[in-house]
Amino acid sequence: MSEVVSDVTKPAKPPIWNDPVYRALFFQVLVLGGVVALGYVLISNTLANLERQGIASGFGFMKTTAGFSILMTLIKYSEEDTYFRAFIVSLLNTLLVAGIGIFFATIIGFLVGVARLSNNWILSKMAAVYVETLRNIPLLLQIFFWYFAVLRQLPGPKQSLNAFDTFFLNIRGLYSPYPHFLPGFGFVAWAFVVAVVAVFFMARWAHKRQQETGQQFHTAYAAFGLLVGLPLVVAAVTGFPLSWEYPELTGFNFTGGIVLIPELVALVLALALYTATYIAEIVRAGIMAVSRGQTEAAYALGLQPGTTLRLVVIPQALRVIIPPLTNQYLNLTKNSSLAAAIAYPDIVLVFAGTILMQTGQAVEVIAITMGVYLTISLLISAFMNWYNKKMALVER
Amino acid sequence: MSEQKTYELGRHPDMAPPVNMVGFVGWMRANLFSSPINTVLTVLCLWIIYISVPPLIQWALIDANWVGTTRNDCTREGACWVFIDHWIKQIMYGRYPDTELWRINTAYILLVGSMIPLFIPGFSRKGLLSIFLLAVYPVIAYYLFVGGSFGLENVETPLWGGLFLTLVISLTGIVGSLPIGIVLALGRRSEMPIVKALCVGFIELWRGVPLITVLFMSSVMFPLFVPEGMSPDKLVRALIGVMLFSAAYLAEVIRGGLQAIPRGQTEAAQALGMSYWKIMGLIVMPQALKLVIPGIVSSFIALFKDTTLVLIIGLFDLLGSIQLVGTNPDWLGFSTEGYVFAAFIFWCFCFGMSRYSQHLEKKLNTGH
Repeated sequence: MSEVVSDVTKPAKPPIWNDPVYRALFFQVLVLGGVVALGYVLISNTLANLERQGIASGFGFMKTTAGFSILMTLIKYSEEDTYFRAFIVSLLNTLLVAGIGIFFATIIGFLVGVARLSNNWILSKMAAVYVETLRNIPLLLQIFFWYFAVLRQLPGPKQSLNAFDTFFLNIRGLYSPYPHFLPGFGFVAWAFVVAVVAVFFMARWAHKRQQETGQQFHTAYAAFGLLVGLPLVVAAVTGFPLSWEYPELTGFNFTGGIVLIPELVALVLALALYTATYIAEIVRAGIMAVSRGQTEAAYALGLQPGTTLRLVVIPQALRVIIPPLTNQYLNLTKNSSLAAAIAYPDIVLVFAGTILMQTGQAVEVIAITMGVYLTISLLISAFMNWYNKKMALVER
Repeated sequence: MSEQKTYELGRHPDMAPPVNMVGFVGWMRANLFSSPINTVLTVLCLWIIYISVPPLIQWALIDANWVGTTRNDCTREGACWVFIDHWIKQIMYGRYPDTELWRINTAYILLVGSMIPLFIPGFSRKGLLSIFLLAVYPVIAYYLFVGGSFGLENVETPLWGGLFLTLVISLTGIVGSLPIGIVLALGRRSEMPIVKALCVGFIELWRGVPLITVLFMSSVMFPLFVPEGMSPDKLVRALIGVMLFSAAYLAEVIRGGLQAIPRGQTEAAQALGMSYWKIMGLIVMPQALKLVIPGIVSSFIALFKDTTLVLIIGLFDLLGSIQLVGTNPDWLGFSTEGYVFAAFIFWCFCFGMSRYSQHLEKKLNTGH
């Protein structure tokens, strides 16, 4: 019986050139063949061109001496060091500017985003003007503006702009005090670590007690007291083992303290102010995405406004905010490559600029540069996927 | 004491609301001074406006110098717009020969003229016009700009510059990347594993690197890729880089549109016996593209802003021209004016387009 049915309903097999399976296979082989052929042509051309120009391929050049100096280095570097060390130095510079930029962009972005939702008319309008102005002007133009039109016009060291005799701003950069850690500072640091651990366990205990007895314990005040008080007490006992080295005007320039070079200041200013406009819009959208009913329901249950914000609104808003926010962090990191235009020694300027010119190894250098950015992107998107999974609404 | 009127019970006429609750005063109370914190914020904002806006207007308009020919005509108390006026040709057209400027202007007029009907709601031949704009217009513009045939003098691309170059790069970039983006988006949603993997790899590679490295690549590595002596000129190399870069972003925008089209559309078309390309070309793509027009406009704005990066590989777009004329020994020290002017032009373009895209989003949002 069953054989009969299957005999009847079984469709006739299509001819092989109409069979979807074979067609898909054929098409893919065709595409793959095309890509491989294109790759072969490109690679053979490249090899021929390189041979003609007498450039050896390979990554051996990374071990040769660089022979140039770098304006700003976070780790020890001199002209005798290798290209590889120069690469590391420039990579650190890129990460530094991206890190500082992300820090400030987040703060400004959140403040402006909340300000746009404020019921204070003038505040929300000012936030709107800020966002609509800066996000519609190219970032490179803003970097140039801050660097050439503002920081390059600053007075020389003798007429520096002075804030409390501790911070000095002039054409050479921003000078700030440098902390010297005297012996005994280790105790203060340890006190801080102990305080952090204590706060962690206290929070767990308070949470458990609230679950069991319903009694609340104000962790926030106690935590603040522990985190600030304990290191302070230890510092007082050890006699404040920290001294600040203030920048001082000697002759024509300042000595001592930390110098932030104007390139870095301009870059951070432009990156932070530009990206903050996007973050502000993301924050605004995120808060608006939490429906008013949520807040009203929380009030109806008797929650305080602060608690409502902390336990009801923000967790839901964050679910909307975090993915595009990570995207903006990624954009900021990629945009930090514009540093090359004002000669801040980041990876593009030092590696894809100077080292490329000196060695002529275009393929390797560009591949490494792209690889660095690609790695950062993939790491951030991997983090985002993990976070999305963790935060996703658990539905039936 | 005024005389007290008495009314019958329930006959009291409606009284005007208190003065401080309605009108301007009421509005101020509600929106500016509703709480102590709000009052502080309002005062702070007013203070910021007070210290920033009047000096700005003073600098840019009142103390500014508008007429003159040399830098000596500027008093340096306010902005020196003479600088912009003197270099306006360079900023707008680069070093394009004076006698040939009509070619660029003709192309502008043709572009604007043929785009106007697109914004007229009742115009019925929008499809034809779009095909003209996307397929025929670029050819006309190419012959107008490059010349070398039809009796037009050849103008080398190194002479191109200013706002003209910015527009050429961004418009070519977006129009050229649209077909590549569509193919990539379809490839990414394809069921064929090899095609899908290639498209995903391509898209993620370009989206993961900054445009500046792409431009470096196109200017340094591209000559290595082609046989000796066949290397295209700098502008074409930059254009290819920009196109591939923006195609990756457009592909993701279009993929968003494709995902929004219900499966039922494809299945119904399959049931009618349509082939893959017919389904995509006649059923899915038209709906998906309509959905993502605002997204495409946003990508265009981003691309328009990003074209400033070409100055790093030595092409003089709007910003590059301003940088260039700012280094002229006779006109040193006017970079602020130059940047403000460039910022104003970019802002007008980008703000206009973003407003238009928001308007489109509202207009196209026909669901629920």
